[in-house]
Amino acid sequence: MNKTALYQLHKKFNAKFVSFAGYEMPIQYKDGIIAEHNLTRKKSGIFDVSHMGQLFILGDDKLTDKLQDIFPTDLKNLSVNQSRYSFLMNENAGIYDDLIITKISNGYMIILNAACKEKDFEIIKSKLGEDFKISLSKDLSLVAVQGPDSKNLIEKIIPGVNKLKFMFGGDFKFNSNKIYVTRSGYTGEDGFEISINNNDVVKFVEALISLGSNLIGLGARDTLRLEAGLCLYGNDIDENTSPLEANLKWAISKNRINSNFPGSKQIQRQINEGVTKLRVGIKPEGKIIARESTKIFDENNNQIGKITSGSFGPSVKSPIAMGYVNNTYTKENTKIFLEIRGKKVSASVCKLPFYKKNYHKGDVNVGS
Amino acid sequence: MSEVKFSKEHEWVTIKDDVATIGITKHATELLGDIVFAELPEKGTSVTKDGTAGVVESTKAASDVYTPISGEVVDTNQSIVDDPSKINNDPEGDAWFFKLKVKDLNEINSLMSREEYEKFAKESTN
Repeated sequence: MNKTALYQLHKKFNAKFVSFAGYEMPIQYKDGIIAEHNLTRKKSGIFDVSHMGQLFILGDDKLTDKLQDIFPTDLKNLSVNQSRYSFLMNENAGIYDDLIITKISNGYMIILNAACKEKDFEIIKSKLGEDFKISLSKDLSLVAVQGPDSKNLIEKIIPGVNKLKFMFGGDFKFNSNKIYVTRSGYTGEDGFEISINNNDVVKFVEALISLGSNLIGLGARDTLRLEAGLCLYGNDIDENTSPLEANLKWAISKNRINSNFPGSKQIQRQINEGVTKLRVGIKPEGKIIARESTKIFDENNNQIGKITSGSFGPSVKSPIAMGYVNNTYTKENTKIFLEIRGKKVSASVCKLPFYKKNYHKGDVNVGS
Repeated sequence: MSEVKFSKEHEWVTIKDDVATIGITKHATELLGDIVFAELPEKGTSVTKDGTAGVVESTKAASDVYTPISGEVVDTNQSIVDDPSKINNDPEGDAWFFKLKVKDLNEINSLMSREEYEKFAKESTN
């Protein structure tokens, strides 16, 4: 089982561990998931996401051209230090992984899901050929700092980061060593992700804790992202769902729709003909929780879909879920039925997100 | 009221006359985490020792609640359905789950004392 560089610190803060994508990761600390969720929404939370892959590909404009053959994203008009959410897809537009691509001064940095990173690396490497240097970092940790107080806390340690705007990044220093910071995250809150050497990460996180931020486990990360309507790879999207079915069409650059990339034909077909299933938000009636794999029915008892993620939303204070339904049941307030422990429970289709996002879209990108 | 007894499924039970009060242990709530949903058996139904008699769900997962003793459900605690967080706050007090008219008082002999349960809980966690 792999451990991140922060493992001992998690232990010191009484983490309960779970095995996740081959890593022993903290699911929660002593105050529990709801308390951690609320700390992130109201104050500031620190997430160890070092299990995720940090892929670096070095090259110039030729690399940009080549990557556009792999990803459905407009990389030519991406400025240095700008990030985009994108996908690695198969020929059928099924999603191998969802990822964040950032243009850096000498190439690209791509953040990959932990469970997918080795496979992604092989796929991307084989598509790129031998012309570009590509490496999956083993020396770097990744820490997300999320929530409304985070910008002021982190500014004290890394002066200048507060000037970054959402989905932009830059080079900064901690302990006189180079770090890379982006204004991004996966909680629906304003926040940052910091790529930092394994040797410096403990000191960095300890400094944030001493300023008042809090370690948050994977349990609260899941309720936060679910409230924000964000997909969990492996649950809400996988090789059998396309970005259009996942209601993530916005992440396919408009000027790339008619280009060639893996899955482009299927994407074009789905744009023209529509999709047969679509990811929607679902609110069960009452307090009952509808978990992953719960079957969804219409009023005539025909199965029309399946829940892919479901839990209790601590900020919206009710059960929430998302899943796929046949395309005629996607309208807001459509009444549906969930089969939970043998009983049919009524629910309704609703808009995503459940919780309004608070991203920082203000100031200009500066990065030093 | 009888001494409190415990089951291997982490329920507690006390008996007064022929009515048993049943809930889940503090240790169980610590394993479950924040409880956000509780479902109780219906009044008037008969439940059998070690059979399911409810459900609790935490932010993480759903767990069945078993009855450590057989009988007919005579009362349920609606307040934990309305506010499941009460189960985390006072699992072995106000947040009882249901009351049974006991079918066979001898069934309680197979359950553990507090001391035995604490040892069992510690061993099953390690």
